[in-house]
Amino acid sequence: MIGRHRHLIGLEGLNREEILQVLDLAVSMKEVLSRPVKKVPSLRGKSVVNLFFETSTRTRSSFEIAAKTLSADALNWTSAQSSTTKGETLLDTAKNLEAMRPDVLVIRHSASGAPNFLARNVGCAVVSAGDGAHEHPSQGLLDCFTIREKLGTLEGKTVAIVGDISHSRVARSDLHAMPKLGAKVRLCGPPTMIPRGVEALGATVEHDLRRAVDGADAVIMLRIQHERIGDPLIPNTREYSKFWGLNARKAREWLKPEAVVLHPGPINRGVELSSDVADGPHSVILDQVQNGVAVRMAILYLLAGGAGEGTRAERA
Amino acid sequence: MSASGSEVLVLQGGRVIDPSSDVDGVRTVVVRDGRIAAVAERVDVPSEARVLDVRGQWVTPGFIDLHVHLREPGQEYKETVETGTRAAVAGGFTAVCAMPNTLPPNDNASVTELILARAAAAALARVYPVGCISRGRKGEDLAEFGELKAAGCVAVSDDGSPVSSAGLMRRALEYALAFGLPLAVHEEDLQLVGKGVMNEGPAATRLGLKGNPAQAEDVMVLRDIALAELTGGRVHISHASSAGTVRAVRDAKARGLVPDNHPLSGRSFTNLASTGANATDWRTSSFASVAAATLVNPSV
Repeated sequence: MIGRHRHLIGLEGLNREEILQVLDLAVSMKEVLSRPVKKVPSLRGKSVVNLFFETSTRTRSSFEIAAKTLSADALNWTSAQSSTTKGETLLDTAKNLEAMRPDVLVIRHSASGAPNFLARNVGCAVVSAGDGAHEHPSQGLLDCFTIREKLGTLEGKTVAIVGDISHSRVARSDLHAMPKLGAKVRLCGPPTMIPRGVEALGATVEHDLRRAVDGADAVIMLRIQHERIGDPLIPNTREYSKFWGLNARKAREWLKPEAVVLHPGPINRGVELSSDVADGPHSVILDQVQNGVAVRMAILYLLAGGAGEGTRAERA
Repeated sequence: MSASGSEVLVLQGGRVIDPSSDVDGVRTVVVRDGRIAAVAERVDVPSEARVLDVRGQWVTPGFIDLHVHLREPGQEYKETVETGTRAAVAGGFTAVCAMPNTLPPNDNASVTELILARAAAAALARVYPVGCISRGRKGEDLAEFGELKAAGCVAVSDDGSPVSSAGLMRRALEYALAFGLPLAVHEEDLQLVGKGVMNEGPAATRLGLKGNPAQAEDVMVLRDIALAELTGGRVHISHASSAGTVRAVRDAKARGLVPDNHPLSGRSFTNLASTGANATDWRTSSFASVAAATLVNPSV
């Protein structure tokens, strides 16, 4: 359980204490990853199914390594090699996998709300690994973890999120979590990429990159996803890069020296982020990847019934 | 039943609502051989009558649904003329207008005749078929309005799809004048709708679902009012769901474009009477539970 929650579908429903429960446990998990023998028996005998209906390298590997480090059995299931291509519905697939008695189903799906649907229809714990443009809760938590690790706290900090907010589940999860930890969130991008009514979620909107990053403690640069853009949201990546991309000159002139730059990956080098920034002193992008494993270990540990939460049989 | 052979049914104690005769009150209704023989406050009940106690219930004339989908021919797994009209009479609807997005679409007399033959066989609600505006509902060429009318169609519509071409819409409005057919239009600018699945706004943003703006409807309504003005044709707006549509219709009426006895009219679906805020957890059942049949603005 994460606080009151048996599933992790999004960060919108989590309160400050529940977010901190995961982040604090992730600190211990990160220590495990620094040991010479990176293996603890916490989830021995538990199984985790990774159910990926969308391509992913980082997130799927991260959940897999997290599960294995905790000694859980991990099964990777991708839609390309499955009965989905034969027309099986999401519910049928899930019911069949559930019949194999996993403890946690980790799901990524292109449809917003798919993990909610699954959580209502299966008995095991469900963890969203990203659904449509809705939420990507483990990414939101690892972003919080990384900023907290680098800056000590999110309390009183300003975080700028730059890019295609409309299509970004990362932005939504960040936006649901960071203000609960005391941070202010600014969203930045061309007006075509800022969804209507986003201010209602507690962010301010700034279309000018310089003003958006001015005084910011952390800057999260989002990937410009060509594959998601059906509308003419921007003329081309060249113009986008000129006005909303971050390069070394802008970083030097506009960023606070101690500001950190994050990116959920994969990076379009030269579009939203130039290589000298991605690989430069502000960048904490590879820390994010490492922290992602620790955060996912914490999530799986809490939801698979580590911490003396009882086995599946006891719960049933 | 009785010696005289006539069958009498008496509905007693119900609230009779009949705007056509200006009645709204408790009345007794006498039905003799399937025809209403009397509606009065006090009636002598014939001894052979079957009497139904309907106290606390409404007694109304049969309703007419201007917009139903009987799905036959082609999608009988969803609905048939028989099941659709059975549902209609169960709900108090004695006549329905069957929209033409069947497979094949009702764009020629043979499809119309099939629908009417099935309706006659079912012998439930009266069925008034609606033919297509364009051949195959493709929005390219005019359907055969004359033949459709002669076969029994009461209106034409490309329901399910808008008539995207303003040029075709203009010609359809003009041509329909020859046969006195109104055009029931599905107002939606497909470019503005894009892949949207709900109202654009804070709720869609929160859920991570693609939104579409109310203006996707408004621009088409405004276009068709202008074309009705140009041609004198009759437009019925099938799904009026935005404040902009209401304003546009009101303005058109104020300008005298719309005579009181008809042309431009509008209806809305109960499933449009839902705000984005109802869709809090992707559970669309909330849409069906909101009952309202008035013009509403879902973006409120």
